[in-house]
Amino acid sequence: MLTLSLILIPLVAGVVSLITKNNSAKQLALIGAMIELVLAIVVYSQFQPTASHQFSFSYPWIQSAGISFAGGIDGISLLLVMLTAFLTPLIILSTFRQPYKNASAFYGLILFMQSALMGVFTATDAFLFYLFFEAALIPVYFLAAVWGGENRIKVTFKFFVYTIFGSLFMLVALVYLYYQTTSAQGHTSEISAFYKLALDAQKQGWIFWAFFIAFAIKMPVFPFHTWQPDTYTESPTPATMLLAGIMLKMGVYGVIRFILPILPLGLQSWGTTAIILSVIGIVYGSIIAIQQRDMKRLIAYSSFAHVGLMSAGVFSQTLSGVQGALIQMLAHGINVVGLFFIVEIIFSRTKTRNIEQLGGITQRTPNLTVYFMILMLGSVALPLTNGFVGEFLLLRGVYESNVWIGAIAGTTIILGAVYMLRLFQKSMFGHKSSFTEHFADLSFSERAVLLPLTIMVFWMGLYPNSFLKLTEPAVSNLLQMIHY
Amino acid sequence: MLPIILLSIFGLLVLFLGFQKSKNLLLPATLLVLAVVLVANFLNWNDAPSLYFKNMLFENKLTMSFSGIVLLSSLLIVALTRGFIDDESAQPAEYYAIMLFSVVGAIMMIGFENLIMLFVGVEILSVSMYVLTGSDKKNLRSNEAALKYFLMGAFATGIMLFGMALLYGATGSFNITALKSYVLTSQTPSAMLYVGMLMLLIGMLFKVSAAPFHFWTPDVYDGAPTVFTAFMSTIVKTAGFAAIYRLLSGSFSGIYNFWWVTMAAITVLTLLAGNVTAIYQQSFKRMMAYSSISHAGYLLLSLTALTSQSQSAIVFYSLAYSLATISAFGVLMVVTKETGVRSYETAENFEAFNGLGKKNPLLAFVLTVSMLSLAGIPLTAGFWGKFFVFSSVVERGLTWILIVAILMSAIGIYYYFRAIIAAYMREGELGAIKVPTFYRLVLIATTIITLFLGLLPDLLRGLM
Repeated sequence: MLTLSLILIPLVAGVVSLITKNNSAKQLALIGAMIELVLAIVVYSQFQPTASHQFSFSYPWIQSAGISFAGGIDGISLLLVMLTAFLTPLIILSTFRQPYKNASAFYGLILFMQSALMGVFTATDAFLFYLFFEAALIPVYFLAAVWGGENRIKVTFKFFVYTIFGSLFMLVALVYLYYQTTSAQGHTSEISAFYKLALDAQKQGWIFWAFFIAFAIKMPVFPFHTWQPDTYTESPTPATMLLAGIMLKMGVYGVIRFILPILPLGLQSWGTTAIILSVIGIVYGSIIAIQQRDMKRLIAYSSFAHVGLMSAGVFSQTLSGVQGALIQMLAHGINVVGLFFIVEIIFSRTKTRNIEQLGGITQRTPNLTVYFMILMLGSVALPLTNGFVGEFLLLRGVYESNVWIGAIAGTTIILGAVYMLRLFQKSMFGHKSSFTEHFADLSFSERAVLLPLTIMVFWMGLYPNSFLKLTEPAVSNLLQMIHY
Repeated sequence: MLPIILLSIFGLLVLFLGFQKSKNLLLPATLLVLAVVLVANFLNWNDAPSLYFKNMLFENKLTMSFSGIVLLSSLLIVALTRGFIDDESAQPAEYYAIMLFSVVGAIMMIGFENLIMLFVGVEILSVSMYVLTGSDKKNLRSNEAALKYFLMGAFATGIMLFGMALLYGATGSFNITALKSYVLTSQTPSAMLYVGMLMLLIGMLFKVSAAPFHFWTPDVYDGAPTVFTAFMSTIVKTAGFAAIYRLLSGSFSGIYNFWWVTMAAITVLTLLAGNVTAIYQQSFKRMMAYSSISHAGYLLLSLTALTSQSQSAIVFYSLAYSLATISAFGVLMVVTKETGVRSYETAENFEAFNGLGKKNPLLAFVLTVSMLSLAGIPLTAGFWGKFFVFSSVVERGLTWILIVAILMSAIGIYYYFRAIIAAYMREGELGAIKVPTFYRLVLIATTIITLFLGLLPDLLRGLM
């Protein structure tokens, strides 16, 4: 029941928000998201760190085809459920100073998005997973396309068509796998039934690509990333946060859930290709990020580089690689949401995101400087921050699978430091510009968003085991399926 | 076979109702007739499959489902005629009667047991359509469309009839069960069987506007009054596919290896022609015409696969498609009428929807759901339609066609979303739009059914 409520509460809250008046929608949405967070904490505290799915539910849905409405939470899901539940209230809170027109629809869509994301991360039926995977796209598309910047229509349209196109391949793969299963009532679409299939290497290769395209577009992995920087830049910041903080993780999650356990032979033939593409993304994304002037665009490219490392770690099929990807998903979600929020704070005060026009902000804003610094250091993976744990494990995983690729992937540490420090230095230090002359420090609601984020940066950096131990049984169980 | 009898009788009565001075009774009367017939259609639901009229017509759950879709669609469309037929013509009674008669033709096409019945059904439906297409008498384009449709349609009917004659020559019977046993038992089937079958198929494919027999579609859909475009694109299509399905799965399943290549080629061609051309359209109505071609492609996909899944896939798809199409044309009609933009060149372009999201959120929402359903996005009926079609193709193992279909689905999103983008993201000069209650009911009904089937597709599939 708990899992089902995790999906339903945001849905109900979203509907309520849609039908309320515009000026009370944001408080209402925040309350809904807080209830969801409380529920997620209950789930977290009751969760037993074993490999099995817990809090499961299952209802017959399309009986004629053996498809059921089924979900549950294992360690892998739990981390992402927590991330979604933790970030959504902060994203809503981050909009409090910024009036959005047609607010009831705006917050309704954010909550619908949350509901769909919860569904993606908890579904244990392949078609249910697909349904939520696609459904998550619709609210965020409208968020970006209605409330976004100047070029929003073209950019978000490309994003939408691109991602749907990818997931259609996944749909075919799922249908194919579905027809390979046998059970008492014909076929079944339980994901666990897919794990038992032993297809031959060639078929696995085809299915690998069908899944890979879908997830690679979502993450995005080079060369499927072209939609991403524009979409992140043009979207309104809350939508960017949802996209970068949570939705990007759907792709990584999909790889862990589907590609790793179902297609061991496919991975044998194509896994290295996938790692190489991911590593190209790391270097390429970092180099472009170094040259960006638009802060939002810079963070978009940094996010592209980071997700490349996560993807490489997952495809390395090692325990530390997958564990690292999971913890890094959490860490990246927290850092990137914080950074996008800081960009939004700076933009709302100066009306510019160009780092050349900024500078000298530190002098009047001790609070902002500290928060920005912590999040920035988390993002460059300084030890004792959350980024370090994930990046260390990921690099170890990639290194274990291939030394040379590991070495190239390691450049992310240096390159990441270069673009992030440049961002920080150019925008915060130096002389005041005409844009930053009257820069006010953080307001209460802004601090209320940033404080929890920075607490998490340290918590995960100092005691990562509180998260790693939750996921370990599930991950090692998953890897046993590949390596037995 | 109650629906055929009832519709014929009431059709005549509606015609006589036209002698009355007041025309106000016509619409409610027609709606009542259709509602009664819709119920009557399902009276024999639990009976065993049976033959009627000296083995001329056949009835089982499949034919009843298709007839149900046709009747439901016509009920919804007739409800949308309010204010359109009355304005444009002095004799609305005739149009209502013709619509009722055309439904008779559609039901005969669905339930034929004898090729002659198929022919009669096709002709009743087609001739009605020729007349309805040209019903906007003073409009040049409507006249042109009617003439074009008539000439090309007559030609296609000729080919179809020739095919039937050849089939008769091969088998000595018009009965499709006899045809089936001939196909199954004959060691060396006569060449007339193959040629006849193809010609019959071509005739039918023309009616459902499959490529390369689709060239009439855009002009005719564009020229006809929008109500009748909606009528054409739902009822003719559903009935046509029901007939093709019954031919292929019933009579010709024995020679699957012969016709599947042809069907596969036509399917791919239809998908390409419909989707690729739709991108370039500026007129929403013309886009819908090409979209109807592309949906014919998806339905053909399921026919080409012809597995145990196909039957329910086609029924589900037809229903999902019909509902979404009716919504789309319904919104288009209200918008073009109420804004008073009567400049013929641009009235039906995508720009007509600009700013709809602000002026009338309900219409914008209806339009959005219908476009999402046509594009096959989850949580709408259209997604499951596509899902079931794709499943049947995977089951048959025709993966390469599926890749074409996927590419085309992605293209489809492009042109369907233009309408959504216009409605929500562009600024427009739309005035306030008044939506009559009647309209609102129809549009809400189609939208709710679309979403409902999107959440619980088993409600329909479980029945079959």
